[in-house]
Amino acid sequence: MTSVTTGSPTRGPGLSGWSGRTIITVMVTVFVLFFAVPMLWLLLATTKTARDLIVGAPFTPGSADGLATNWNQLFAFQDGAVTTWIANSAGYAVGALVITLFASIPAGYALALTEFRFRRALLVLTLVIMLIPNTALVLPIFLELNAAGLIGSPLSVILPMSFFPFGVYLTYIYFSTSIPRDLLAAARIDGCREWQVFTRVALPLAAPIVALVAFFSFVQNWNNFFLPFVMLPSSEGYPVQVGLTSLLASTPAFNPSSAGSQSVQLPTLALATVVSVLPVLIVFLVSQRFLVAGMTAGGTKE
Amino acid sequence: MVGDTAPVAAVPRQGAAPRPPVARHGTMSYAFVSVYVVLMIAFGIGPALYALYLALTDASGGFAGLDNFTRVTGDFRFWPAVTHVALYLVIWLVALVVLVTLLAVVVHTIRVRWLSRTLRFVFYLPGALAGASSVLLWLFVLDPTAGPAGGLLRLLGFESFIQVIVPGNLPVIFAVIAFWTGAGGWIVIMYGALNNISNEVIEAARMDGAGAAQIAWRIQLPMLRKWISYMGIMSLAAGTQLFVEPQLLSQASNAVVPNDYSLNQLGYQYAFQQNDFNGAAAISLLLLVVALALSAVFVTRGGLFERD
Repeated sequence: MTSVTTGSPTRGPGLSGWSGRTIITVMVTVFVLFFAVPMLWLLLATTKTARDLIVGAPFTPGSADGLATNWNQLFAFQDGAVTTWIANSAGYAVGALVITLFASIPAGYALALTEFRFRRALLVLTLVIMLIPNTALVLPIFLELNAAGLIGSPLSVILPMSFFPFGVYLTYIYFSTSIPRDLLAAARIDGCREWQVFTRVALPLAAPIVALVAFFSFVQNWNNFFLPFVMLPSSEGYPVQVGLTSLLASTPAFNPSSAGSQSVQLPTLALATVVSVLPVLIVFLVSQRFLVAGMTAGGTKE
Repeated sequence: MVGDTAPVAAVPRQGAAPRPPVARHGTMSYAFVSVYVVLMIAFGIGPALYALYLALTDASGGFAGLDNFTRVTGDFRFWPAVTHVALYLVIWLVALVVLVTLLAVVVHTIRVRWLSRTLRFVFYLPGALAGASSVLLWLFVLDPTAGPAGGLLRLLGFESFIQVIVPGNLPVIFAVIAFWTGAGGWIVIMYGALNNISNEVIEAARMDGAGAAQIAWRIQLPMLRKWISYMGIMSLAAGTQLFVEPQLLSQASNAVVPNDYSLNQLGYQYAFQQNDFNGAAAISLLLLVVALALSAVFVTRGGLFERD
């Protein structure tokens, strides 16, 4: 590979040149450190005492004792508030997920495999709303539910989260690409009613898409901050993401006015951060493939 | 889409003579979409219309014209908030487009499979920490006394957390947090798109004497353009909504970071501190219009969602 088309020195394919390799190695190393170090540090921090965290070297592990102490402090916070928050998060995320499935699987099916007036309109509307960040509607939904007197009730979080156009879109893609229309036509000729075509033919084939929609819905619901932050005024109703703000407010290192009996030490706050994402982290680890599939679902034309 | 050609073909004819089998499926289809449509009306279209109504009326319900909009845009906090968000967006989007593309191309040149897979995994894992959790983590990282970047921050001349989060640094800080959380997912997507470029094209270019840099610039980059614009528009729309980062930072800094730093925070202040729902509606409507316009342009012009 010595041919030169422009003024630049041309190296072999794959940047096999010495300087090319060095640049790539340095760059990749820098970004690996950037992405990995904060997480690694956070995990180590959960095992340390407050003093170690400030005085000790940043990347030495603490002890199992330290972890146990932090764990006890975290779950003793406000008489076990953290447990309540985690239970709330699970309740909201799963409740919304169930309604999402009931709403979006039949809807995606109908959009993909049946015909009706407004089908095209509903599809376009779904796409447009799907691409709006879901935070954009939080204040309007608050104003609406406030007028309806629902603020503070779990429904004020569960119902808005159940509206999940992305799930409908994924289901639509799935049904329109993986189930031949002929199959449904055959079932109709055999005398199946429309409802039976759905429950007996389409639904048994829908397991992968149910899992995919459930996964995305769960992750998004669990991580949702703005909606519950606005809708739920009392600590008893917080999901864990919003609960983190209470912990933060009680951490003297970030809020000097909070020093007192209920104060939270830095390692405990670090542990809270880890605990708050644990379910999502686990789901992430087992289903990497899912995520990528979903994120690229937009691009259907390659 | 093969399965979807039928309905499209049916559309132009619909006015003239509806085909009998179509009419037969119709009724049940409405039942299938009914729950979804109810949710869409209640939590998609309904709130938007209600916000529109509130934005155009005053506290007693009388028609107010554009008074609410002139009031919020005349608020001394409004334009600073717009500037903050805009500054953050510029830094973040440039970083995202340049670095994500670069990293995807670089990782793609790595031929050692386990290495390439591990790298993508490391880049992408922080995506599990969304919202409050990732902000909290970064509160630690930005603290020179305790965090993992203490040495680096002191090298840059920062001795305390408060020095790090002075207002001038915030757009960069928010951009770094957003990049840390979100870039990995996009790198994985771009990597996938690069895999779709056929080897023959690349081989042919190599035969013609193109180096890796030229292949990236002349072949890979143009083929990624669609994905880059998707990423840009999605991130732009999401970025205008900035809320949780400044909100938590404001709390953690004893209001060194103001609690009306971003537009969504200002809307929140209007609703909750001033009990001015009409003003809050006006702000959220402005934000909604921006998001809606971006998304509509993308759906109609982007080509990414063309299916039938």
